[in-house]
Amino acid sequence: MALLQIDNLTVEFQTSTGWFKAVNGVSISVDEGEVLAIVGESGSGKSVAMLAVMGLLPWTAKITADRMLFQGRDMQSIGAAERRKLIGKDIAMIFQEPVASLNPCFTVGFQIEEVLRIHLGLDKKARRARAIELFTQVGLPNPAERLNSFPHQMSGGQCQRVMIAIAIACNPKLLIADEPTTALDVTIQKQILDLIMDLQIKTGMGLIMITHDMGVVAETADRVVVQYKGRKMEEADVLSLFENPQSNYTKALLAALPENATGDRLTTVSDFFDGNPEPAPEARA
Amino acid sequence: MTVKDTMTQDTMLEIRNMKRDYELPGGLFKPKKIVHAVKGVSFSLERGKTLAIVGESGCGKSTLARMITFIDEPTSGDLMIEGKKVDTRPGHLTQEMRQKVQIVFQNPYGSLNPRQKIGDVLGEPLAINTDMPASERRDRANEMLKKVGLGPEHYNRYPHMFSGGQRQRIAIARALMMNPKLLVLDEPVSALDLSVQAQVLNLLADLQDEFGLTYVFISHDLSVVRYIADEVMVMYFGEAVEYGTRDEVFSDPKHEYTRTLFKATPKADVDSIRERVAKKKAGKAA
Repeated sequence: MALLQIDNLTVEFQTSTGWFKAVNGVSISVDEGEVLAIVGESGSGKSVAMLAVMGLLPWTAKITADRMLFQGRDMQSIGAAERRKLIGKDIAMIFQEPVASLNPCFTVGFQIEEVLRIHLGLDKKARRARAIELFTQVGLPNPAERLNSFPHQMSGGQCQRVMIAIAIACNPKLLIADEPTTALDVTIQKQILDLIMDLQIKTGMGLIMITHDMGVVAETADRVVVQYKGRKMEEADVLSLFENPQSNYTKALLAALPENATGDRLTTVSDFFDGNPEPAPEARA
Repeated sequence: MTVKDTMTQDTMLEIRNMKRDYELPGGLFKPKKIVHAVKGVSFSLERGKTLAIVGESGCGKSTLARMITFIDEPTSGDLMIEGKKVDTRPGHLTQEMRQKVQIVFQNPYGSLNPRQKIGDVLGEPLAINTDMPASERRDRANEMLKKVGLGPEHYNRYPHMFSGGQRQRIAIARALMMNPKLLVLDEPVSALDLSVQAQVLNLLADLQDEFGLTYVFISHDLSVVRYIADEVMVMYFGEAVEYGTRDEVFSDPKHEYTRTLFKATPKADVDSIRERVAKKKAGKAA
């Protein structure tokens, strides 16, 4: 049984010109210990689909799905209190802007211990010990002193490490990383990706990596879902996606990579692709 | 090699030992602190070529861009444009000099005034710097819109009606209105999607050919740099640690930091993916 299974998910928002489908009939499944990358441009609905699973969308969003199961539990009919017990414990998420997603008013130690207190009910001493252990695990120097720092006293890379420590604090079964390295420098990006991949292998958790960067996909994913304008264009394992892309959109995306430039000009997506999302071809195993 | 020898007829821009210090004011008991943002950078750039400046955030690459475009005054060092030394002190810059150098900023969402129509965005440099009549300004703006792949129908629209890629085209069009010789591009494509990035890079290449522009291209993305640059400079903590032609730098990096940078860049070719997948399988089996 898949860890997370979503069938035919549609998310709509009301606009002045009617309902806008941000996600249009997308099916995604992740197994335990698997790394799934969801790749797409801004506005392709890749984040919205995951926010729907987490229940983090505003009430104005209309979410429909044939099935939305996490470990066999229905995520659509689940109550708010039940969901709160699950989110942050069994499903955790890392957001794009590390500095913005931490609360500036509290020390990072308070913020990580809050998770441990609410979800695991540890006492003060145990919380502190576990927090130090987690900070050591994500490679923060002087973990004990770091607990008393505020987010603004740390760099972007360090804040992202704190975010990761908070996300893995309760040994989640599924980690959703939403553009975890987009705001970071290349050298820091490498460190953070290595850290996430190490943790994934060690803990065997399922990992969904949302990104727009084909390089990140190539370095991390087992399987890839390509999304465009709310639709799934293609699903394949990472090697066959890069070696032999099926959908025109994927071909266009790969051709637009500057390292694949042939001659003087870069191929642009419009050279291959008229902008109309074709129906997704059958997923290849 | 002395700097003198590198000066030729074709040198567009040359900077020598340029420095910029920022002073952090001290408090009652805190002494003043000086941050050396740029610590003596020199290079020279030929007409019609592209120099890419690479480095992580805080390495001084944007400070350098601001000094080249006269937004910020260097603490010391010389800035020469077409062989003439530029007096960068406030109030000493000639209008002609200001028109020669233009800049395109990173974030097209922040660099356009939301209350200004696109036509006015493009017409404003002309209105300020020339006494061109309004009808001619309008024609010139429409012409420029066409050059960057937009149309006259966009003239009366506001920035929020455009996508990120279109906004960056508008920012480029604005920079080109005064017919500059040198264009400084501060991370022009890092806020854009991959497919749009390719279009903007193609546009920049076309415009360079058409107007004979010289580019100083600031970026942290090595794959973009490899595609667009003739010369590459790598900056690290305010110093230029590596400077040479593109092929020199990419095939034989001299400095430790450059090598780290290359190693950290994700590889999207099939061979490295195959290698990684195989390694993971082996790790799982063990």
